[in-house]
Amino acid sequence: MAKPSAVETSTFEAEVLKAEVPVLVDFWAEWCGPCKMIAPLLDQLADEYEGKVRFTKVDVDAYPELANRYGVRAIPTLLIFRDGTVATQVVGAQPKTTLKRHIEAILQGA
Amino acid sequence: MTGGQGPESDRIYDVIIVGGGAAGLTAGLYASRAKMDALLLEKSVWGGQIAFTGLVENYPGFPDGAMGPDLAIWMYEQATKQGLQTLSTEVTGIELRGQIRVVQTIDGDFLAKAVVVASGGEHRKLGVPGEEEYAARGVSNCAVCDGAFFRGEIVAVIGGGDAAIDEGLYLTRLAKQVLVIHRRDQLRASPVLQERAFATPNMSFIWNSVVEEVLGDTNQVTGIRVRNVKTNEPSVLDVTGVFIYIGFDPAAAILGDLVEQDEHGYIRVTDLMATNVPGVFAAGDIRVNSLRQLVSAAGDGCVAGLSAYKYVTEEFKDGEEGAAVAATRSASSAAQ
Repeated sequence: MAKPSAVETSTFEAEVLKAEVPVLVDFWAEWCGPCKMIAPLLDQLADEYEGKVRFTKVDVDAYPELANRYGVRAIPTLLIFRDGTVATQVVGAQPKTTLKRHIEAILQGA
Repeated sequence: MTGGQGPESDRIYDVIIVGGGAAGLTAGLYASRAKMDALLLEKSVWGGQIAFTGLVENYPGFPDGAMGPDLAIWMYEQATKQGLQTLSTEVTGIELRGQIRVVQTIDGDFLAKAVVVASGGEHRKLGVPGEEEYAARGVSNCAVCDGAFFRGEIVAVIGGGDAAIDEGLYLTRLAKQVLVIHRRDQLRASPVLQERAFATPNMSFIWNSVVEEVLGDTNQVTGIRVRNVKTNEPSVLDVTGVFIYIGFDPAAAILGDLVEQDEHGYIRVTDLMATNVPGVFAAGDIRVNSLRQLVSAAGDGCVAGLSAYKYVTEEFKDGEEGAAVAATRSASSAAQ
């Protein structure tokens, strides 16, 4: 069972920017209701895309500098990184199928 | 977020509810308690608008108020405990196939004997440059969700109604200063909110003004350009957050011209929440003359859920899905 792994400022470069595969970063916080609502969907997707896409999450309260670096001022925000840069931004809670479409587009090199 | 084993596209539900806000969840609660096979479809967050609200002080039964996101979860849990099935998906259309109502989604079609449309509304946009570009980068519709990113900063709230002032007041606890930009010279918000607003030292008002552009440094919002509608004088305000509450539009596009709507797109219903199409009901903010209150949305949902129950038991008396489908063929001309 793959699960999104927590990343922090010190591990962000190795875990996200230098990753061999696309990386989805879920910017979340404990007080964010919609974040909690999409968490189970991200767990499922992490499982479905194991080995193809890495799933990570950033607690914006603990690491505001990461949110700030990418201009994230609303959560949930999902950023999908490819080769160290942001390829897709998904704002707000979205259905699983919508999230899958974004991921598939990245995998197909769109 | 998907309920149980996951919904099936080849089965005929008694009722499908479109929209998981207070109206939809209450319709689902009543339908499920009436032992209907009920499926609720929601594209974003359970609870709808209350999931994005702070303290709710006008929902009866909570003398000290209740937090919107808590109410949202509780309504969801209450309805699903009674057997309501749910799916996180986006509905793209609704059409009639004889007596069967087909709900089209990005995950395929779902069939039902009755449909309750409770898809609510969408925040009206300013329609100015920079608004889309800086969405979630300083432009927001949710103070409770995003306010924490603006601690100690100066933010703008656009609008003068209940939502603008309520959310603005919430922001005054986090931001250094909250500028309320309103196109008129007085607020439309309820007196109790106005009283609080004028008594809050770090909330100030920029009257008779409209936003013409959201400015930014490509990463985040850095300001807004406003124009005074009386003097035509432009000015730039240095704010890092722009919270937009200028109204709501009904999310009725999924219906096309299936049911009667008013000129703004709100659905016309009877006092039993029935549209002009048999077996299609509407509830909550999407209907004409909705008060757009949590309690009225819940009330609508109750009526719609029970009306759907009454419709299904009367129109599909034998209760067998096979028979219902067969009936569909012969009744397809009578259904409209």
